[in-house]
Amino acid sequence: MRGRRRAPPPFPMFASCTDPSTLSGFPWLACYLTTGKHLAFYFSFLVVLALLVLAAPAALAMGLGAALARRSRIGPLRWVAGLYTSMVRGVPDVIFFLFVPIALDQAIEWTRHKLLCPDVTEPIRRGNDFVVCAQAKLPLSSADAWVHDVYGFLLALIAYALVFGAFAANVLDGALKAVPKGQLEAAQAIGMSPGQVLRRVHVPQMWLYALPGLSNLWQILIKATPLLFLLGIEDVVYWARELGGAKTQIFAYPHPDWRAWYFGGLMLFYLLLTWISQRGYERMMTRLARGQKVAGA
Amino acid sequence: MKSIPSLLAATVLTAALAAPAMAQTVRMGTEGAYPPYNFVNDAGEVDGFERELGDMLCQIAGLECAWVTNEWDSIIPNLVSGNYDVIIAGMSITDERDEVIDFTQPYFPPDPSAYAALAGAGEDVLAGVVAAQANTIQAAHVASSGATLVEFASPDETVAAVRNGEVDAVIADKAYLVPIVEQSGGELEFVGEDVVLGDGIGVGLRESDGELKQKLDAAITQLKEDGTLNTLIRKWFGDEAQTF
Repeated sequence: MRGRRRAPPPFPMFASCTDPSTLSGFPWLACYLTTGKHLAFYFSFLVVLALLVLAAPAALAMGLGAALARRSRIGPLRWVAGLYTSMVRGVPDVIFFLFVPIALDQAIEWTRHKLLCPDVTEPIRRGNDFVVCAQAKLPLSSADAWVHDVYGFLLALIAYALVFGAFAANVLDGALKAVPKGQLEAAQAIGMSPGQVLRRVHVPQMWLYALPGLSNLWQILIKATPLLFLLGIEDVVYWARELGGAKTQIFAYPHPDWRAWYFGGLMLFYLLLTWISQRGYERMMTRLARGQKVAGA
Repeated sequence: MKSIPSLLAATVLTAALAAPAMAQTVRMGTEGAYPPYNFVNDAGEVDGFERELGDMLCQIAGLECAWVTNEWDSIIPNLVSGNYDVIIAGMSITDERDEVIDFTQPYFPPDPSAYAALAGAGEDVLAGVVAAQANTIQAAHVASSGATLVEFASPDETVAAVRNGEVDAVIADKAYLVPIVEQSGGELEFVGEDVVLGDGIGVGLRESDGELKQKLDAAITQLKEDGTLNTLIRKWFGDEAQTF
């Protein structure tokens, strides 16, 4: 995957910033912290949050699907779910993060090439090159930079959902097994169909048992977001490294190596994020425990 | 929740299908971390010698161009897999790279590489621990010189490693190191002799992209003949810079 440049925000932000070399102290800092590059840095925090907000439910949906499929009466469904969870859990995350977006991107472009350019006789793989016709490119070469950004982000999102979905499947599978059998039997006894038992009793009661495991996964997901950098997405790590590096006078704001400050900032950001998550987890736990007989709740 | 990604996917798809056969945009891949060759300026745009040169080449060849940045490490793999169409990133023409990709004629003459170290370190450092950016001709040179090579992903990290004492010296294109050494306030200095490595810097292309190569070659020839290229080199690299 690749890094792409989005259209820069208006620069400089304040009129007084037109010649930074005349500034010092606070005005310099204010101008420095509002350069187009810094705005892109601030925006990248939103990218990380967007990834979390989208990847968590996507992974949960994948996980629930796989957990239910593993208990299914249909053989092939069970096998596919079993293969998926054991394969993803058995391969290092980083390898999946590097593999899925590249494989997906080439698979999509290959398919589009076959559909959109049936007349092209030259092979797609020529020596080292992977060449599809211009119409088959996704996004098109002529597409705006933001389209390329969104596309790269979506591929990354799919990789996160796949990887974390497999772990979530295991957590949910365990939680489904933890629901006391008596509860399910009672539901059956009052005449609920198997589907109703699942929807009204089994799954709702399962969350309490799933939550500790899911909360762990959520923390790991938060800490895995810097892997976006590996996929060439301009995330917080990319910008911290780019902005923190020593700058000579070819730049408008020369400064020595400030990476420690930028990475320190990232540390605070992640600590804050995980701290808030922990708070949220405790509250959710109290709520879910209401009305269920469990120890210590 | 699922509707947001699918909405975005739909947007991307519609955008992709709405304009099938319009003029091709040539995507220019660069590193954006090697001033004055190429860097990302404070406004967040690709800037530098190669930005200006690339825009000129596109204008002469009548191409629509867009700039893309990519980590140095994966800059060749992502070219051959089609994420962008050319590499214009201070990449020296070498036989090794030529086996994987094609190059235009050089747009920059073979440039000396230089060693820099902390002031007063002496020439011994050349045989000590030397930092270079990974997958560069300088890294290959250190490896064959008998010194201990430490590779870094970005040019900036190689210099930072000298400053914090992790390595004894750094080797890079001299044009990259000159402003850093001059503006270090005496902290850094050049050591040893300059070494000339590589066959000059060219534009990298996929081997299957012969047509684009011809266009860019013709444009470079034109800029060489009318002297514009030399003017551009002097503008970014000073009057002592080697020209054609």
